[in-house]
Amino acid sequence: MVRLLVFLSLAAICSAQKYHVGRPATSDEIKSTDQFMAPSGAGLPPGKGTAAEGRDIYSRRCARCHGAQGQGDEEGPLAGGKGTLKTAKPLKTVGSFWPYATTIYDYVHRAMPFDNPGLLDANQTYSVVALILHMNGIIGEKDEMNALSLPKVKMPNRDGFIKDNRPDTGKKKR
Amino acid sequence: MPNNRRRSFLHLSGIAALAGCSQQPAAKTEEEKLPSALGKPISSYGERSHYETAKRAVPDLKRPQIGSTRTPLADTEGIITPSSLHFERHHAGVPDLDPARHTLLLHGLVERPLVFSIADLKRLPSASHIYFVECAGNSGGEWKAPGGPNVAAAFGLASCSEWTGVPLKILLEEAGLKREGKWLVAEGADACKMSRSLPIEKALDDCLVAYAQNGEAIRPEQGYPLRLVVPGYEGNVNVKWLRQIKIVDQPNQTKDETSKYTDLLADGTARQFTFLMDAKSVITHPSGGQKLTGPGFQEIRGLAWSGRGVIERVDVSADGGKTWQKAALQEPRLPKAFTRFRLPWQWDGKETELVARAVDSSGYTQPTRAELTEARGMNSAYHYNGVKVWKIAADGSVRNG
Repeated sequence: MVRLLVFLSLAAICSAQKYHVGRPATSDEIKSTDQFMAPSGAGLPPGKGTAAEGRDIYSRRCARCHGAQGQGDEEGPLAGGKGTLKTAKPLKTVGSFWPYATTIYDYVHRAMPFDNPGLLDANQTYSVVALILHMNGIIGEKDEMNALSLPKVKMPNRDGFIKDNRPDTGKKKR
Repeated sequence: MPNNRRRSFLHLSGIAALAGCSQQPAAKTEEEKLPSALGKPISSYGERSHYETAKRAVPDLKRPQIGSTRTPLADTEGIITPSSLHFERHHAGVPDLDPARHTLLLHGLVERPLVFSIADLKRLPSASHIYFVECAGNSGGEWKAPGGPNVAAAFGLASCSEWTGVPLKILLEEAGLKREGKWLVAEGADACKMSRSLPIEKALDDCLVAYAQNGEAIRPEQGYPLRLVVPGYEGNVNVKWLRQIKIVDQPNQTKDETSKYTDLLADGTARQFTFLMDAKSVITHPSGGQKLTGPGFQEIRGLAWSGRGVIERVDVSADGGKTWQKAALQEPRLPKAFTRFRLPWQWDGKETELVARAVDSSGYTQPTRAELTEARGMNSAYHYNGVKVWKIAADGSVRNG
C-alpha cells in the first residue's frame, strides 16, 4: 500500500504542471488547427474522389504551373521520372520519388494552390490526389480515393529511403 | 590560452621570415573633412551608416515568395550575423502575425494539451544561446561543380544569431509528454503551413521555442513572433512562425521531409531525416570577387561551424593544399555556432590557392569535394560541406579554385 502511494505520488509529480502558464486547449481548437495527415491515414477527412473527377479542378487550378499532364511547367513536374533516380539527371516526381500517398493529400490540402492554399474541399482534394496518382500510372482513372483507400496505395519508391548513416566522410586521412 | 598565443606568434614570425617582410607602401587616403556643423539628432531606432552597403542580393524570381536570399558572409565580422542580413528561405512568403493574437498549440500525445500566448511564453524560464542556422541546400550548387563565385553565393545560406526563448523541454513537461510520444511535428503559420517532424530526443535536448534574435524580437523573415530553433540541425526544421507542435508516435512524412530535404545517393536510394549539419568552413577574406591591392600582409579570415559540436581546429593552406597551418580560433568557441578563424599571411604576389578545412569536437574533418562525391555521387543536392578553394591570380583578383 505504501509502495502504491509512493508510486502514485511520484507519477503525479512527474506529470504535474510546474509553472501553470498557458491555458488548456479546447477540443474544438485542436480539431480546427490539427490538419496533419499521417501515413496511417490518421487525420484524413471524410470525402472521396477519382482521377476522372479531378480533371476539371486540376485544369483550372493546377495545370498552369504543373502542366496539363503533370509534366511540369512553371513549377516542377508531378509525374514521370520513373527509372531516373540512378542517372545523371534524376527526375524526382510524386510517382518516381514520393514514398507515401498520404503526403500528397496533406500537402495539397495545406499548401495548394500556391496563391490560394486551402481552396479545395475534401472531395476536390481527394480527386486531385487521385489524378496525380493516375498520371503516374499508380491507380486507375475510376479508382476512388478516400480516407481508407489512400493510405493503402503503395508508392513505387516506398522502399527507396534509408536512415541517415553518416558520417560517410570526415575520417582523418591526412 | 598561452599555447594558442605561442602558436600564433610562431606562425607570424615564420611566415614573415618566408616572405622576407616585404613592406607595401600604404595607399593614400583622401583627407577627412571633420564636420563643423551639428550632426543628426538623437533617434528612436538606429540605422547603419549610409556609407555601408552590405546586402542580401535579391534574385529576380517569378514568385519571390518562394525563394531565398543569402548572407553576404564576406561582409560580416566576428560570429554574429546582423539580423537584417540573416539569410532567408521562404516557401510561401513572410506572414504578418500579430503577437497579441498569435498562439502556440501544443497537443497530441500529451496529458494536457496547452495553448501559449507570446506573453505566456515570455513568463517562462528562458535561455539565450548563440547558434548557427544553415539551410540544408547551402552550397548545393557545388555538387555539380565548385562554381559559386563568392562566399555569399556558395555559402550564404548560413547565418549565426543569439536566440532567446523557452527550452522546448519545459513546454513538454508542462503539457505532460506521454511515453508513446516519440516524434513531434511542428507547423508554421505561413500560407503553406510548412511542417516538419523531429525526434523527441532532440526536442528534450536543446531545442528552443524562440521569440528573440540578437537582443530584439525575431525579424519577420526569421519567424516573428515565434520560431523553433533546433541547434545544429538543417535550417528547414527550425520552423518559422511556429503555431503548433503535435506529439506523435511516428514521423508525419511531410512533403519537406520526403520529396525535399532527402539526399539522393548514387545507387538511387535517398537518405531521409539527415538532420545534422556536418562540419564546414570557408575563407571569407580573401575570397571570390575580392581583389588584393598588391603583395604584402593580409589576414586570412573565415568562418567554421559544425552541427556536431565545437570547432576544434581549422587548417589553412596558402599553397593549394601542399602545406597546412593551424589558424587561430577566436574565442568564444561555442557548440553549434560560427567560429571565426584567422591566420596572418604575407602574399608574395604570385598566383596561389587558399583553402581551409575544419575539424570538430567529434573528430570529423571537413572533406574535399572529391571525398564527398565519392561517398554520395553527384545527385544529393543537400548537405554539401566540401572545402572551398579560392584562387588568387597574379593581379590580386580572387576567383573559384
